[in-house]
Amino acid sequence: MTAHVGHNLRRPEGPDKVTGRARYIADLDVPEAWVGGALRSPVAHGRLLSIERDPSFDFTQVVVVTSEDIPGDNVIALIEDDQPILCADEVRHVGEPLALVAAPDRPTLAAALAALTPRIEEREPLFDMEESKHVFKEIRFARGDVDTAFAQPAPGQRVIEGVYSTATQEQMYIEPQGCIAWPADAAQGGEVVVRGSLQCPYYVQKALCRALAIEPEKARVIQAETGGGFGGKEEYPSVVACHAALLARKAGRPVAVIYDRHEDLCVTPKRHPSRVRHRTLVESDGTLVAMDVDVLLDGGAYATLSSVVLSRGTIHAAGPYRCPNVRVRGRVVATHHVPYGAFRGFGAPQTCFAYERHMDRVARELGLNPVRLREHNMLRPGDLTATGQTLEHSVGSEEVMRRALARAGYDGATWRAPKQGRVRRGVGLSFFYHGAGFTGSGEDYLKGTVEIELCADATVLVKAASTEIGQGTKTMFLAIACDSLGASSADVRIADPDTGEVPDSGPTVASRTCMIVGGCVARACHELTERMAQATGTDAEVPFAERAQSFLAGGPSDAERRVRTTYSSPQGLRWSDDTYLGDAYPVYGWACDIAEVEVDLDTFDVEVLRFVTAVDVGRAIQPRLVEGQIEGGTLQAVGFAHLENVTLQAGRFEQDRMATCVIPTTLDTPPFEVELVEVPFPHGPFGAKGVGELPMDGGAPAIASAIEDATGLVLDRAPATPEALLDAWLAQHGAEAAAGGNA
Amino acid sequence: MRSELEARTTPIELTMVVNGERRTLRVPPLRRLLDVLRLDLKLTGSKEGCGEGECGACTVLVDGQPVLSCIVPACQAEGTEVVTIEGVAPAGEGADCDAVQDAFVVEGGAQCGICTPGMIVMTRAYLERCERDGVAVTEQDAREALSGNLCRCTGYGKILASVLSAARERGQDVEDPGGSR
Repeated sequence: MTAHVGHNLRRPEGPDKVTGRARYIADLDVPEAWVGGALRSPVAHGRLLSIERDPSFDFTQVVVVTSEDIPGDNVIALIEDDQPILCADEVRHVGEPLALVAAPDRPTLAAALAALTPRIEEREPLFDMEESKHVFKEIRFARGDVDTAFAQPAPGQRVIEGVYSTATQEQMYIEPQGCIAWPADAAQGGEVVVRGSLQCPYYVQKALCRALAIEPEKARVIQAETGGGFGGKEEYPSVVACHAALLARKAGRPVAVIYDRHEDLCVTPKRHPSRVRHRTLVESDGTLVAMDVDVLLDGGAYATLSSVVLSRGTIHAAGPYRCPNVRVRGRVVATHHVPYGAFRGFGAPQTCFAYERHMDRVARELGLNPVRLREHNMLRPGDLTATGQTLEHSVGSEEVMRRALARAGYDGATWRAPKQGRVRRGVGLSFFYHGAGFTGSGEDYLKGTVEIELCADATVLVKAASTEIGQGTKTMFLAIACDSLGASSADVRIADPDTGEVPDSGPTVASRTCMIVGGCVARACHELTERMAQATGTDAEVPFAERAQSFLAGGPSDAERRVRTTYSSPQGLRWSDDTYLGDAYPVYGWACDIAEVEVDLDTFDVEVLRFVTAVDVGRAIQPRLVEGQIEGGTLQAVGFAHLENVTLQAGRFEQDRMATCVIPTTLDTPPFEVELVEVPFPHGPFGAKGVGELPMDGGAPAIASAIEDATGLVLDRAPATPEALLDAWLAQHGAEAAAGGNA
Repeated sequence: MRSELEARTTPIELTMVVNGERRTLRVPPLRRLLDVLRLDLKLTGSKEGCGEGECGACTVLVDGQPVLSCIVPACQAEGTEVVTIEGVAPAGEGADCDAVQDAFVVEGGAQCGICTPGMIVMTRAYLERCERDGVAVTEQDAREALSGNLCRCTGYGKILASVLSAARERGQDVEDPGGSR
């Protein structure tokens, strides 16, 4: 019985968003608040000697914070303790914060920042990740015997090698970063309060406690309505919040630190650039015998979440393919680039680009149909993944490919067939998967918790720290709670994330909100339903409001009205953090993308004409929201494929404005044809598994494959900009062809 | 005070009709219309995504024409009629959302919501233009009309569906989308 799950509910926060009533961080009217900003390093590497103050500026009208004003530890608490809140000695990237200023208004803030001059002894920076000796994290795992397979190939087996790379990518949430901090006020119980645009309130709380040397109950973090995140507001809001809180503490008044677009583009973490090498032993029919994969990511100046990004990237690096001998080695290294961080897909889009382009290389070199090659090797139920996980549940691999091929009317038989004319069309396919939830033992360490409370007015309040950032968290929880309670949407409310009010259900990341946290919501609701039935003897046929009222009439204690549920992994999951082998994720989402492009050989402009994507989500809790996730994620992948080119010069992003840091517009967007595939996951709520990141993974290789079909150009780097196509054309046809026009 | 540029100019008296209400205020002539709306008039529905006329989140109607309020100086709005997202729904009892706003909720055109006010104001301008010119609403024309409004969440598909759905709800001619462009 699902009256809500599988149907499209009205978003609870929708009316506020469409009328302009929703209050984002920059919309909050805090009259007594000052504005804060940072003095930043103009150089990529050096030693901070001093910060000089222009004597002609009256510094009494502002507040200046340096590393000496930090009462706690000068670190942004995350995974490693390497990133200072404010640089105290060694400068490691352009834009690194050196000091903070708060002022009554923006012109005074700008004048004060201009009156501060950092004296930095410059040092040689390192920008080439291939040359970095500073390894943040290395991961190695292996199954079978790769060395023996390559050393003693059977007759007919061939080695196929390729090197693939991807550029950095900007999240480009339309609302820049921002937080407002209120200083600890004895009248308010001595709490520091931060409101902000953020994905993970408890990450920010942890960072504040460390910076200010206070206990968690004295640091309250409240999410403001958030204008997009895509991972970009996973770890970085901790920096903004610590800056705002330190300024508020010294100023003794609220301080708003709200970035403009330029500042946001210059200093916030983006997708890690990657270089992936594949060396593969194959039979002549395309059967994979051995895969040796080497992954290198540029982590930038500080470790941020790089080790976890590398983890997800390497685990997915061998692709959704059966292979008896697999070895994956991955490293993420330090450079003097702005630190890289979380972005939807979290390492998997980089390694997916590599393995799918490599499958095309295998098809090309062996003269095989790329679709049949993938079908031949694809993981099916009962197969082992690269980490040795036996796929048991919810394996939609065959189904997504079947549905995508049928929808597109494509079979791969004509891939790379020669085309004529100036404007050429081509079709490309990618097949991919994405683990849902935290990797390995992550969820067991995290112990995500939700609480539901039956309130005095007979409504149920769902309390979780999982944030609504556009994806529809509140709507999804509402549907899950209603159908788990047998209630109507009027009986259920979803609390706003506020560490003073909701338990820590974990960060809003890793495609975990629906499957992991939604699962906890469902369990808590079932428990409450059970309690009510036992106490009142009413069954689920009775309307919820009646059951709730008769339960409340019995005078239940506070503890009886509340149910807390903590996530526990499905029984039997095995994972080793030492060998990196075992059940890497509870379950995987599966997808197949088919892109059709048109390439103009005069301009090398690529237009994506059509995009079919079939995605196995287990169960679509809210079909329209799921389609929204798939279409939105796929468009980010289309941008990653051929439009979004973020480059660095001497450690500085060259695209530091929206005018140059482009993302797709309506006119760059193909019509999406989404096939929702539902192969239920028994441990997910109503069969659901994660969907948030998966659509980001496969777009770039599908489009590169389509461009190759259209033009014969082999593109091993994303994005496929016109310049990249020209380079590929010159490499393949020589300067002569360029001089003589197109062939 | 937002910028030094503003600080160097002498305030002028500015009169506009904003969402049907006549407003007079003293502001620096080069203050951005967006700041006048957001800071002086506390109409925070219009958003700033880029500050340079690229993203469209600040779109408002000035005398019926969509403009990017982050690159329009206040003095250019003198004597005009301005409609912001707050003025899109008809005033009166129970009129929370108009057809366009409702379609964006129902069809999934609003996800995080930050581009939504500009997107809805631009949609409204497009639909009114079609009405005025007596032409059908089409998906391709809607793409053109919204091409200056960036959204990073939706992939635009649900936004275009919202536009077509709103047009139908308003009783406008809609050319069946059907084929790919």
